Amino acid sequence: MAAILDIKDLRKAYADGFEALKGVDLQIEQGEILALLGPNGAGKTTLISTVCGITRATSGQVLVGGHDIITDFRAARSMIGLVPQEINLEPFEKVLNTVRFSRGLFGKARDDAAIERILRQLSLWDKKDNQIRALSGGMKRRVLIAKALAHEPRLLFLDEPTAGVDVELRKDMWEIVEGLKADGVTIVLTTHYIEEAEAIADRVGVIAKGELLLVEEKASLMARMGQKQLDVQLSEPLDAVPEALAKYDLTLCDQGCTLTYAYDTRAERTGITKLLGDVSAAGLVLRDVVTRQSSLEDIFVGLVHEDAEDGR
Amino acid sequence: MNWTAIKAIYLFEMARFFRTLAQSFISPVLSTSLYFVVFGAAIGSRIDEIEGVSYGAFIVPGLIMLSVITQAISNASFGIYFPKFIGTIYELLSAPVNFLEIVAGYVGAAATKALFIGVIILITAFFFVDVTIQHPLAMVAFLLLTCLSFALLGFIIGIWAGSFEQLQLVPLLIVTPLVFLGGAFYSISMLPPVWQTISYFNPVVYLISGFRWSFFGAADVPIAVSLLAIGGFTVACLAVIGWIFKTGWRIRQ
Repeated sequence: MAAILDIKDLRKAYADGFEALKGVDLQIEQGEILALLGPNGAGKTTLISTVCGITRATSGQVLVGGHDIITDFRAARSMIGLVPQEINLEPFEKVLNTVRFSRGLFGKARDDAAIERILRQLSLWDKKDNQIRALSGGMKRRVLIAKALAHEPRLLFLDEPTAGVDVELRKDMWEIVEGLKADGVTIVLTTHYIEEAEAIADRVGVIAKGELLLVEEKASLMARMGQKQLDVQLSEPLDAVPEALAKYDLTLCDQGCTLTYAYDTRAERTGITKLLGDVSAAGLVLRDVVTRQSSLEDIFVGLVHEDAEDGR
Repeated sequence: MNWTAIKAIYLFEMARFFRTLAQSFISPVLSTSLYFVVFGAAIGSRIDEIEGVSYGAFIVPGLIMLSVITQAISNASFGIYFPKFIGTIYELLSAPVNFLEIVAGYVGAAATKALFIGVIILITAFFFVDVTIQHPLAMVAFLLLTCLSFALLGFIIGIWAGSFEQLQLVPLLIVTPLVFLGGAFYSISMLPPVWQTISYFNPVVYLISGFRWSFFGAADVPIAVSLLAIGGFTVACLAVIGWIFKTGWRIRQ
């Protein structure tokens, strides 16, 4: 199937010389949900802004549904809906008016039935005559989504839809995304929560320092990210991993005071029980036992590191 | 052309105007009435006729110009600055519209509002003084061109402004003095020769003179020059706006 979004070697350098995007290539298939994971300042928003026409690329090409975003911007932008990260809304406008405005702005004839369907889908219909300033934060976010959907886009960008949102609302948001996917809308969302990508994405892209480090099927990436680490801290330092524990693939660190064991939390058997049994059978005296889950930050650091090594 | 988008922007902007219709309506009527009371009745009664027109009637074109120019600038500059300020400009920038369509929507709405105010002031004037309009077509043309060109200038100011203070700066420091010194309340010929010469460097002089000609048939400068001046100013504003959108100055990084 043809990609609905095709980004080729996209680069963006700001006037002050800062390179926000360093040659991003990305293809997104029709109907999928792609989560872009990355720490703050990774270039997620710049990437989205460039595709949507808010920021100008320094070089590279972007095709949306086969339409170039520069030379054929009308066709390209008509297909795109954007939900920005910040809640940017006119406080004194009424919900219905502002959503209707968005539809007109994107060149679609007024269609009250379509607007009603969107507002109902987002549980906003009851609030349609409310001024935006009277809405809660979560409702405002829904208005942003309604505005983005008002012209019935095929490709929807959600820039950190759940940043600073409580757990319940986050779940709501995920349901909304599911519903949109069912309607055939392709969705690209940015987030820095792994759970979020895990909950709703089909594929996950990891972006850091303006580079897209990988794009992978969620399942395989989650397996990699699901690694946990067990640190066994010893009272007496060791010179080497004892013979009896050789089968566990342990690493000795902290000047011989800590044995580190990596395991997969999803595996049927993590092997912890046996390991700890064998540790005590080997006569080692424990000072403490700590488990750590690699944070997203760690994974980024790891990926950037790998990347640098590949480049050598 | 994306006419639907132009219409959407235009109606959205006009809706803001109609929400505050009473304010939009009352304040120009009140201030115009005050001008007539102060300049027309109190001071005007001591001033002879100017070019065969009573002073009260003489100031009508200048008063209309003063309000129209101020309104066109403030409406257009606020119209585009507000989305920038609250961040909703992202939607304009990501919409399938080109700069002409954005300008047509915002400037069209601002010019319409200014025109509306101008007409209200004209109607108010009829209650206070005898006003004749010798060249109605020319009057309408001048009024429309003034609304349009100063709305364009306002749009530029709105794009340029980085704060609400800056938004007020150009109208307060430049436009209002130019209008007051542009012969809104007097004829340039009443000034000493040196000041007459200096006045000819003020673009608003040509505007008010031409507009006054359409009322009374008398002008400080030839009518063709007036038309040329306002036409040239409109084109210059359009050129600047074209450049702004081409380079993305202050709106698109």
